[in-house]
Amino acid sequence: MSSAQIADTQLESYRGTDKPFWGILAEFPNPGKLFSACENIRDLGYRKWDAHSPFPVHGLERAMGLRDSLLPWVVLVMGLTGASLAMLLQWWISAVAYKLVIAGKPFFSWPAFIPVTFEIGVLFSALGAVIGMFAFNGLPRLNHPLFNSERFLRSTDDGFFISIEAADPNFDPETIESFLVGLGATSVEVVCDDS
Amino acid sequence: MSDIVVDDLRKNLDEGAHERASLIVGEHATFHGITEAVCRPVEWKAPRAWYIFFGLSVALAGVFVLSTGYLFYKGTGIWGLNNPVGWGWAIVNFVFWVGIGHAGTLISAVLFLFRQKWRTSINRFAEAMTIFAVVCALMFPTIHVGRVWLLYWFFPIPNQMSMWPNFRSPLLWDVFAVSVYASVSVMFWYVGLIPDIATIRDRAKTKGRKIAYGIFSLGWRGSARHWLHYEKAYMILAAVATPLVLSVHSIVSFDFAVSQLPGWHTTIFPPYFVAGAIFSGFAMVITLMVIARKLFNMEHIMTLRHLENMSKVILVTGSIVGYAYAMEFFIAWYSGNPYEQFAFINRAFGPYAWAYWIMVSCNVIVPQIFWFKFCRRNIAVLFIASIFVNIGMWFERFVITVTSLHRDFLPSSWDYYSPTFFDIAALLGSFGIFFTLFSLFVRFLPQVSMAEVKTVLPEADPHHGHDAIAQDEAKHLHEATA
Repeated sequence: MSSAQIADTQLESYRGTDKPFWGILAEFPNPGKLFSACENIRDLGYRKWDAHSPFPVHGLERAMGLRDSLLPWVVLVMGLTGASLAMLLQWWISAVAYKLVIAGKPFFSWPAFIPVTFEIGVLFSALGAVIGMFAFNGLPRLNHPLFNSERFLRSTDDGFFISIEAADPNFDPETIESFLVGLGATSVEVVCDDS
Repeated sequence: MSDIVVDDLRKNLDEGAHERASLIVGEHATFHGITEAVCRPVEWKAPRAWYIFFGLSVALAGVFVLSTGYLFYKGTGIWGLNNPVGWGWAIVNFVFWVGIGHAGTLISAVLFLFRQKWRTSINRFAEAMTIFAVVCALMFPTIHVGRVWLLYWFFPIPNQMSMWPNFRSPLLWDVFAVSVYASVSVMFWYVGLIPDIATIRDRAKTKGRKIAYGIFSLGWRGSARHWLHYEKAYMILAAVATPLVLSVHSIVSFDFAVSQLPGWHTTIFPPYFVAGAIFSGFAMVITLMVIARKLFNMEHIMTLRHLENMSKVILVTGSIVGYAYAMEFFIAWYSGNPYEQFAFINRAFGPYAWAYWIMVSCNVIVPQIFWFKFCRRNIAVLFIASIFVNIGMWFERFVITVTSLHRDFLPSSWDYYSPTFFDIAALLGSFGIFFTLFSLFVRFLPQVSMAEVKTVLPEADPHHGHDAIAQDEAKHLHEATA
């Protein structure tokens, strides 16, 4: 296949330079091909690799063998923290720091404090979801070796990619292109870390 | 365009389970076609109509700034407030704008949780509307205190007077509810925008655009490992935004319901306010969308089916609101409380009867046209009806606020309330702020969530076209287990 030869020559020309070799990027024609390629790569035990698509492809996390996100636990802890802090603050203000008799109610009239407790719980949960998601994803990260690839620009439009890092223990530069082409890749290219 | 509509109509008419009108119609129904269509308004020179609209909006926003500046200088006496009517247009406008915002959250969060795929074309648009409406809403409680430099009294901030807010007051709950609502809406919106901003970054030709969209896309690279956490975060945000939106308008209604005033002190208020909020918000989405889809040639993404679905929501929520109006009268009669009965008879037949009947006509009678399919699918009818609903819902808040106040327990203090020039300037000016923000949004950000719309195309399913193979596999599995 011609694309494999192109990739070979790319790899050869790369070997002549001293640019750090980051990994390899393969493009797939559609979500179906991407899906089955991911299943194969997963089954071969690769670790440092990723798939890239303009939208979340349904079920791809299982095809890649990814574990479930731990984000809900972060959100649960954050939400409970927020709600507890809100109740604590209202108790301290109303029953300790600034006691006011309002409508003859007890100072710690907790049912009246539920709305604010709920709202702050929601605020902390949302912050936990957003900040936690960024933290798990290692974002923001404005530079990345993959952004060196011209073709990779299409990953946010209509391109479907798999990237495998050279640091992966299974990575074999001699066979990787033919392997990916065999899985249905329409192009395979070398990605350098020279940003 | 017309053949697309006809095609769409035909598909919707023979409404088989699989033959419903598609969510995306026409030749743009490819991944790249969607990118092109959605990015076009952001990347191309804006149409002349946009400049005219933007100019008018900024001028109107200027009216708000000037009239508010005079308000800060002079005080709330420039408004039409009088002795029994201490809450006037500022509160009416506040509740009106918060209510408008709620449809955005409903579309983005509630319909998401219910797996209503048709929301994908319109959720970005509706969320933007939410944020800008909440911006307008927050202006009014801010300026209506008169002495804005004392605004920090709202918040539990340690201060030189050693004073703390009263957490038993619904007005304070409101401060928290609306601020949290604004914050969560912005987060939800921004998280949804990140992959789309990355798309614009990757298509950018100039350095300025590359840097600007590059920074705001936070280095998004469509990684499946990222999508995993991203989708979870999005789902959680939808899950927390859903009870949030219900709580916010319930708390707004507590501003009235927790007081002892006849006409306000009713337990029906929270659900009635929430239904009214959704009702008015969907009307505003239709108003805006009819204009935007025409102006930016997006009729194939924001289709007639979307508009029709929204008109059905308007019909349902409008009927709930009508039920609430009737139930208020029933309860007033059934309670046997003469003050309550007077408040409602006065509301429908007193000095403000004109406002009450405008409200009933716009909110209860007009939406009934949506029982007819012809009206649900006629753009002109939809647009005009949505304007009527917007007007009607503003009047609902006016009726609730003013008619309950203007004749209080002592007949000697009864008075008639009418707005002044500055009341009107603040309301019109807030529309200026809303439309200014909206014009900037449609010009610089993708109005449709590209990443989400792509997922509803059939070819986005990795098993698309593999039905035969899947059935084959299932058969083998069945044979193996048998």
